[in-house]
Amino acid sequence: MAAPETIAQDGGTWTFPASQPLVLDSGARIEGLELAWRSYGTLNADKTNAVLVCHALTLDQYVAGEHPTTGKPGWWTRMIGPGKPIDPAKHFIVCANVVGGCMGSTGPASINPATGKAWGLAFPVITIRDMVRAQAMLVDALGVDTLLAVVGGSMGGMQVLQWAASYPERLFSAVVVASAARHSAQNIAFHEVGRQAVMGDPDWRGGDYALHGARPEKGLAVARMAAHITYLSEAALQRKFGRELQRDGLSWGFDADFQVESYLRYQGASFVDRFDANSYLYITRAMDYFDLAAEHGGVLAEAFRKARDVRFCVMSFTSDWLYPTSESRHIVRALNAAGARASFVEIESDKGHDAFLLDEPVMEAALAGFLDGVERARGLK
Amino acid sequence: MNGETVREDFREILRLVRPGSRVLDVGCGGGELLELLTQEKQVDGRGVEISPQGVSACLARGLSVMQGDADRDLDQFPTGAFDYAILSQTLQATRNPREVLSELMRIADRAVVSFPNFGHWRVRWSLLSRGRMPETRSLPEPWWSTPNIHLCTLADFNALVADLGLRIEASAALAQGQPARPMDPSRMIENWRAEAALFLLSRRDGGDGVEPDPIQDDLFGG
Repeated sequence: MAAPETIAQDGGTWTFPASQPLVLDSGARIEGLELAWRSYGTLNADKTNAVLVCHALTLDQYVAGEHPTTGKPGWWTRMIGPGKPIDPAKHFIVCANVVGGCMGSTGPASINPATGKAWGLAFPVITIRDMVRAQAMLVDALGVDTLLAVVGGSMGGMQVLQWAASYPERLFSAVVVASAARHSAQNIAFHEVGRQAVMGDPDWRGGDYALHGARPEKGLAVARMAAHITYLSEAALQRKFGRELQRDGLSWGFDADFQVESYLRYQGASFVDRFDANSYLYITRAMDYFDLAAEHGGVLAEAFRKARDVRFCVMSFTSDWLYPTSESRHIVRALNAAGARASFVEIESDKGHDAFLLDEPVMEAALAGFLDGVERARGLK
Repeated sequence: MNGETVREDFREILRLVRPGSRVLDVGCGGGELLELLTQEKQVDGRGVEISPQGVSACLARGLSVMQGDADRDLDQFPTGAFDYAILSQTLQATRNPREVLSELMRIADRAVVSFPNFGHWRVRWSLLSRGRMPETRSLPEPWWSTPNIHLCTLADFNALVADLGLRIEASAALAQGQPARPMDPSRMIENWRAEAALFLLSRRDGGDGVEPDPIQDDLFGG
């Protein structure tokens, strides 16, 4: 490992030094890659209290505190904050926007130094492992050898699993919430619907919309609407909206008559304000390509062979049909086969996949208990 | 799971388990036994527990625990992964006790199994005198709310053990508030006397290189 260039805590954008291009799984290299990151809390003298939080598909580095552009609380303030399971008073919490993202990290909307124009589809295809490789370099630069925990939900959980496979010696514990060790055919199918919606928008312009001063807003909004349905459950949709109407009667047309329609339209419209269409293509592709077993001869347990000493906590939700409990059990079985210290809990919830972002006291208690045990084992208390 | 007598077996289990061994506690509840085993025997322990509350309690103790069902989820553990599999006062609550016992013996070299003895004289007396399902110290719930769906007597269990070709390495009678008492499970009187029983079982093909088939009378002194 190259001598880490120590950078200030707290966050900003870290530019990869010239000596360290990011070499991608595809074989491509990105020089001078930038990672936008945030940290909360302080690294202790022994450097044993660092917690890396990995974000999901459309989230970002603003995991706690207030989001600077939306003014809303960070996306996981239920789990991260004073008195929460991950607490800046005792943990040094780091979260970085993934490679290919659009919240400050190098992605398809960034300027390609070779052309002086936005990368667009010239941006190389990235993988979950590429994201993790970049995170590891940032962690190096922060002067952290071993992370107390790597924690993530959904795509973040995939990154956690990849961490365990790629850098087991740098992990003390790993928390995987509502995730999977591979993207299923159904997962890929939904992503393909989203990508086709984006690419079918005439304003997408072969990915070069930025050059034309256009944005494929319609396509991206439809992609988000479809995806959003997969994040919920039928029970949650029924409870929230049922067949309630927006107005007194039916319009006898195609306006948003039902509240659920109006809700989805709002979700789609607000998403295009904060997300880049090409980033959506690249990140969904990275998830589709994810198959941790494949890089270990098809045997998932092999991926965890060197992670036997890592303490794992896997959580799933009963109503998550996007990353169902069976996917978590698949991970857990492999962890057991590898002889790893695995814990698993299935949380009763009707909120679907998004439950991991919502008020779920059992999830909070389980994470708090797990991290408490991890801290004791690490000699932090 | 069975009121107050059940934790009588913890001390005996602590005595039986070799220090530093790999232990799976199936139906580990809030992890009390696993914590004791970790602290006093430095075991490398894992738990399986069906209730999320129990799982949370285990996590809070810093234990590794899987939410799961003894009937369904033992197949996720590889063959021979543990030195001991513990089934403390849970067998009678499983849907397929025979299957569960076989699975335990696949996962581990030895199994420690404890259960309430339905052949105990109080149980027999209750049935005989009142003609009703017994509610005793070791079986405190009424029949319609008890989690125990496959109750058995000491003699029944002996028969199952023989049928599965397992070897009894040790057995003890348990009673509330009293230390475990070694017993010969094949003696008819024990089937009347033992409120609950605890067995240390191994495969007859003797995992762990134990010599085959010692005569049971040798173990229990007749």
